[in-house]
Amino acid sequence: MNRFGYAILYICLSLVALFQIFPILWLFLFSLKDNREIFSGSPFALPSELKWENYQKVWEGGIGVYFFNSIWITGLAIVLTVLLASMATFAITRMNWKLNTFVLGLFMVGLMIPIHSALIPLFSMFLSVNLIDHPLSIVITYTAYNLPITMMILLGFYYTLPREIEEAAIIDGSSIHRLFFQIILPMTTPIMSTTVIINMIYNWNEFVFVNTFISSDKYKTLTVGIQNFIGQYMTDWGAIGATLIISVLPILLAFIFFSNKVVEGISSSAVKG
Amino acid sequence: MINPLFIKRMGLNAMNKVMSNKLMVALYVLPALLLIAVLIFIPLILTGYYGLMDWNGIGDMEFIGLENYINGLQDGKFWESAFHSFLLALFSTLSLIVYLAISLILASKIKGADLLRKIYLIPMLLSSVAIAQLWIKVYNPNNGILNSILTGIGVENPPAWLAEPSIVLYAIFIPILWQYAGFYILIYYAALKNIPESLIEAARIDGATPLQIAYKIKLPLIMGVIKVTIVLAIVGSLKYFDLIYVMTGGGPNGASEVMASYMYKLAFSMNDFGYGSAIGFLLLVITLIVTVIIRKLTASDEEIQY
Repeated sequence: MNRFGYAILYICLSLVALFQIFPILWLFLFSLKDNREIFSGSPFALPSELKWENYQKVWEGGIGVYFFNSIWITGLAIVLTVLLASMATFAITRMNWKLNTFVLGLFMVGLMIPIHSALIPLFSMFLSVNLIDHPLSIVITYTAYNLPITMMILLGFYYTLPREIEEAAIIDGSSIHRLFFQIILPMTTPIMSTTVIINMIYNWNEFVFVNTFISSDKYKTLTVGIQNFIGQYMTDWGAIGATLIISVLPILLAFIFFSNKVVEGISSSAVKG
Repeated sequence: MINPLFIKRMGLNAMNKVMSNKLMVALYVLPALLLIAVLIFIPLILTGYYGLMDWNGIGDMEFIGLENYINGLQDGKFWESAFHSFLLALFSTLSLIVYLAISLILASKIKGADLLRKIYLIPMLLSSVAIAQLWIKVYNPNNGILNSILTGIGVENPPAWLAEPSIVLYAIFIPILWQYAGFYILIYYAALKNIPESLIEAARIDGATPLQIAYKIKLPLIMGVIKVTIVLAIVGSLKYFDLIYVMTGGGPNGASEVMASYMYKLAFSMNDFGYGSAIGFLLLVITLIVTVIIRKLTASDEEIQY
């Protein structure tokens, strides 16, 4: 292809990149402006002075609680999901028992379920055991609904682990727990980190379970918390912008530092349908 | 001297014994299995059961047979929301063509392709709530960036995008496109990069033009991946909720209502848990039927080998 052709292709690709990135840049710009500047100035203009007080205002306004909840709920659900998924995958791929393909099938069916169809019974079940408005309901729901995709990603890796390793460990008198926790689990670190990333993105961004099960502000996570927040700052665009930037920052930082892992995680989650 | 084969056999025996221990199997598989049974499968069955009830979510249930399901099938609002879901599925499927075209360009020895596909992926990392809030601002009739640009280039009275029943669904589709573009481009790009360079080279030597190579060689070779993305796009669209719930709540006047948001409204705003469950069950049935049909339609007898 000639240079002219390539130039056109680059322009096309750059326009797509601009479309993808521009709304976020615009958001960042107006999070550092006040209303007067947002409404009267050009939307493309840099802030005349950086209004970091927008961030200070929303942080002092209480977004920190949601932020902290998002961190610990996301983190705890990740640990539970990856641990339980690893154990189940280990049993299904490495141990000898009859129903293993059937059980694997059950987990894989879980990939196709529209979560909204389960929402009303989940609500009434949690209500009957007093877990409505309790963060535990969120943690176990996240864990259950992320198990299938996590196992799907782990499966391929577990199938390729060499038998000789288990054999050697067992001949040496190792128990099955030692084999799993001290030998197999450390070997799966690369694929586990991929599942951690994908779980982190799902949990951090999850909305409907928290919106349905949690009503107290002290347990809300960012996705639901920022809804109230934004209602309260109705016309203060700078504050809304700062709220949104704070809520997406951890994932964007993770992307900057672990972009290859994120790309790998998202591609391997493509089976989710 | 002990025969090494003997040791090997003893090892295998020991291993088979340890790895066939039923108690251990249960210990490792049951925690995960119980969680999905209690929190995924039992609720799905209960949804169908609650659909047979007249129930406000708190008081006593009253069995009313198939009334909710019959009402659901005759409910104009439900079919309207289903129609919106199918329109979104259609748009999502058509947009795959655009993503495919971009991926074909990106995979054709472009410098910086890796960086570009990462930039494309950024919106996919944001929560649907943040995306919805951001695009509410983009579409803001007076101060949003879209109408600022439109008035800047001389358009008079640009529309209030999210308040017009005739355009709200299209307006909502743009952020959906924006959110998922990077995801599909990533998948297509990876598939295209998997095609052996020798095949492309051979075609080029035979005098094939870049368009011919794309159409006659690359597309057939990644057809399997394309079919997977069609399933993902359609089934994903039938489940859309978060973005629409936050951006418009299904409004104005039901113009952007989809199946999941209609079900949510029935149960959690109008406290009609019985009818909401019936709609939720219909959502499940429709999703499963569509999934099976699409899989059948896209299943091919022969996988192309290369």
